[in-house]
Amino acid sequence: MSKTVPVLIASIVGCIMIVANFSPFLLPARQIAEDWFTIVATIAMMLGGANLCVHHLKNISDREAGWGFSAVTLISFFITIAVGLLKIGVVPESEQQVKFAWSGPFQQEGSGFWWIYQYLFSPIVSTMFALLAFYVASAAFRAFRAKNLEAILLLITALIVLVGQTRDREITSLFLPPPAEGMPQHVPIADLTEFIRKTFVTAGQRAIMIGIALGVVATSLRILLGLDRSYLGGDE
Amino acid sequence: MDFHSRSPGDKNPGAYAARLASAVFSHVFRGSDSSPDWIAGKARPRRAMMKTLTVLFFLLAIPTLSFAEEIPGATKQIAWFDTGKTSFALLTIAICATVIICTELARRGKPFYVRPIAGLLAMEEAVGRATEMGKPILFVPGIEDIREIDTVAGLMVLSSVAKMAAEYDTPLEVPTSRALVMTAAREAVQAAALAAGRPDYYNEDRIHYITDEQFGYVASVCGWMYREKPAACFFLGKFFAESLFLAEAGNAVGAIQIAGTAETTQLPFFVAACDYTLLGEELFAASAYLSGEPAQLGMLKGQDFGKLAAIVLVILGCLLATWDSISPRGKSDDGQNLPRRSQWITDTVLKGG
Amino acid sequence: MTSPLLNKLNALDRRWIFLAMALAVLSPILLQIGSDETPSPPTIKLFDEIERLPEGSRILMAMDFDPTSAAELYPMALSFTRHCCLRHHKLYFVTIWPTGKPMIESTIKAVIGADFGSGDRAYQYGVDYVNLGYLAGDAVAISQISSDIRKARPQDARGTSLDELPMMSGVISVKEMDLIVNASAGFPGGKEWVQYAATPKKIPIAVGCTGVQSTQLFPYYPDQLLGLVTGIRGAIEYETMLAAKYPDPYANRSKRPAFLRGGAQRWAHRLMIGLIVLGNGIHLANRYRRTPHP
Repeated sequence: MSKTVPVLIASIVGCIMIVANFSPFLLPARQIAEDWFTIVATIAMMLGGANLCVHHLKNISDREAGWGFSAVTLISFFITIAVGLLKIGVVPESEQQVKFAWSGPFQQEGSGFWWIYQYLFSPIVSTMFALLAFYVASAAFRAFRAKNLEAILLLITALIVLVGQTRDREITSLFLPPPAEGMPQHVPIADLTEFIRKTFVTAGQRAIMIGIALGVVATSLRILLGLDRSYLGGDE
Repeated sequence: MDFHSRSPGDKNPGAYAARLASAVFSHVFRGSDSSPDWIAGKARPRRAMMKTLTVLFFLLAIPTLSFAEEIPGATKQIAWFDTGKTSFALLTIAICATVIICTELARRGKPFYVRPIAGLLAMEEAVGRATEMGKPILFVPGIEDIREIDTVAGLMVLSSVAKMAAEYDTPLEVPTSRALVMTAAREAVQAAALAAGRPDYYNEDRIHYITDEQFGYVASVCGWMYREKPAACFFLGKFFAESLFLAEAGNAVGAIQIAGTAETTQLPFFVAACDYTLLGEELFAASAYLSGEPAQLGMLKGQDFGKLAAIVLVILGCLLATWDSISPRGKSDDGQNLPRRSQWITDTVLKGG
Repeated sequence: MTSPLLNKLNALDRRWIFLAMALAVLSPILLQIGSDETPSPPTIKLFDEIERLPEGSRILMAMDFDPTSAAELYPMALSFTRHCCLRHHKLYFVTIWPTGKPMIESTIKAVIGADFGSGDRAYQYGVDYVNLGYLAGDAVAISQISSDIRKARPQDARGTSLDELPMMSGVISVKEMDLIVNASAGFPGGKEWVQYAATPKKIPIAVGCTGVQSTQLFPYYPDQLLGLVTGIRGAIEYETMLAAKYPDPYANRSKRPAFLRGGAQRWAHRLMIGLIVLGNGIHLANRYRRTPHP
């Protein structure tokens, strides 16, 4: 029963979502289902927060490898929650609102939470994202090797697109005669890049997208009909 | 009449619901609690299709009848069916029907060939390698919530990987980016441990929530990878910019890596940095493939018929577009340009999609 | 046959690659070396559409990005907003990313606050622009505001009822918009706006996306996407057009953040090409070394 009820809920809600796509009559039902997901996901956030505390407290208590990071995580977690909930530094925003310190929004400019976002969170995540450039360079150096015919094709395409994406592509037009008066200079590698993007990449993307769409249909049917319940822990 | 008893072979709750509904029907209208044979779980193959249709009918009719009346005000003005989507609805029904028919054929014992997928064949090898090296296995089910079908597909594979890991008694670490995914992952691993006959293998501390924030999650998982040096890493689910971070970290610690996602923008990164990559639909096929159940494998065959339909439509569209470019249709009597022939595909066949 | 250099290269520590990349990116930034671009058709189409729309047209500005991707998308968000303000369109800012709200505020401050907040035709909050803030629910939120904005968001980001804002009168759903301009960093983003709002409601949409997303969105162009501005290159293209049409003050380097970032991108690309060539040189040399020679 503990598995049957979730599967039935999944089946019924899934069917509502499908039918509501074709029947405007069922749109309110879809809305209810979507609202319920938001409620459940929000409650799960609390569960996640509790699990986070337990997990890291246990790491600290057991002195596991990297327990110092767990301590930093917990301290940051509680400081952020306290600053956000207590609305530290928030002032009333407009005449319309109640003139108490807590009446403003927690993300208000100048507030403690805003400061954390602006001067801690924002630079940290930007730095993390910027690290991608290093990883891309390292992966490209290692992976783009002309090992076989397919790899050679991939390598040539990558080089063309890389050159075509920057202004360096104009080097390829140096060897061409100057254009007629008022006409733009022909840039062969730019055209080639566009050709690759529009023809091969788009065609490949569409093929993969069609495959994914059909895969989604089959997987959804497996879930809706309860054929596959492994995501809930399998059969009882 | 016992509404709660289920026959041992009944693994399908949808079918169970249909049986339940049918039992109610027979109880109310026949005044008896004797159920037809197929309600009692003795369905003969030729009735299997009827069963599936009954299930679908109930699943569609119950919500429709329950919620339709909730529309405030004039219900009569709201259409029961959006006629603009007729073609799309027919296509959806045709594809779903094909998948269901193939499932039923597989259940009846019709053998279907499913091509081997290298990434899936390598899963046992990856788990075995981790066992030999005495190192843990990392499984990342993507960074999205459970409402994403990619995440569900990842969790389905987790079930199989966890079963193999439990059989070998190799630690499996599952850090999650969403609390709901953590709960589902715990259920999946616990059930897999039970199925492997190793209930003591399940350790819920190894399946834990980190953070919803994309790069906070990446930092934590990569840090764990550098400290613990897992021998095998599985990245199966929905991934974005973090894909390359995870795959490069796995590569740096020398792990065998199997990745899979339907996020086309991240596939190149996984292909470049991982040993095996499940491309798009292969991720969805993975769980069916690993389960080895005929019904699930039949669904994969149904998918192929969908592909065949897509190929036919693409070829037809290409032919019509070529015909249009060779001989344009010209103008109508009132001087208007006649629509291109290929527009029939987009405006009629695919309308509403 | 052995070669000490080849052995060294075979065992090249990836931290050297990281150092080279750091230099390739840092040097142009520190030396203020920028890069210009020739506008491409998908960018030109969006520019022309904003030019073509009559003054006072309603434009939904969906800012679905966060500080993570701000390096790539913030410059184009600034350009789009500047262009719309120059044409005096009505702007409806919204985000379906929880971390996107500060991005909207930052854009408003940098464009409307700095350039269009004073003068005869100053932009007024609630009359010329509104910040609808964050809509929870990812793609569901898009489908919600496609049918009824007030149901999804009865108040703006400041807590004012939408009915009290003059520019919201007559606006029931996204259907009343003349154009959707989306700065998208991933999921949910451009693809979802196309699938849940633009295509079903038949509203023109243009997306500015990260470079990596462009392959995913290109299949939608030009049928379902009116324009597509991709990555820093697209942002530079847009800035170039803006500078050509409105040279004062948008030809100034200080108003062209993407132009300055383009230099770093250009040098990073050059390094990548060099690394790929070097990697293949090592690979071929290794093959040559393994091949038996008489």
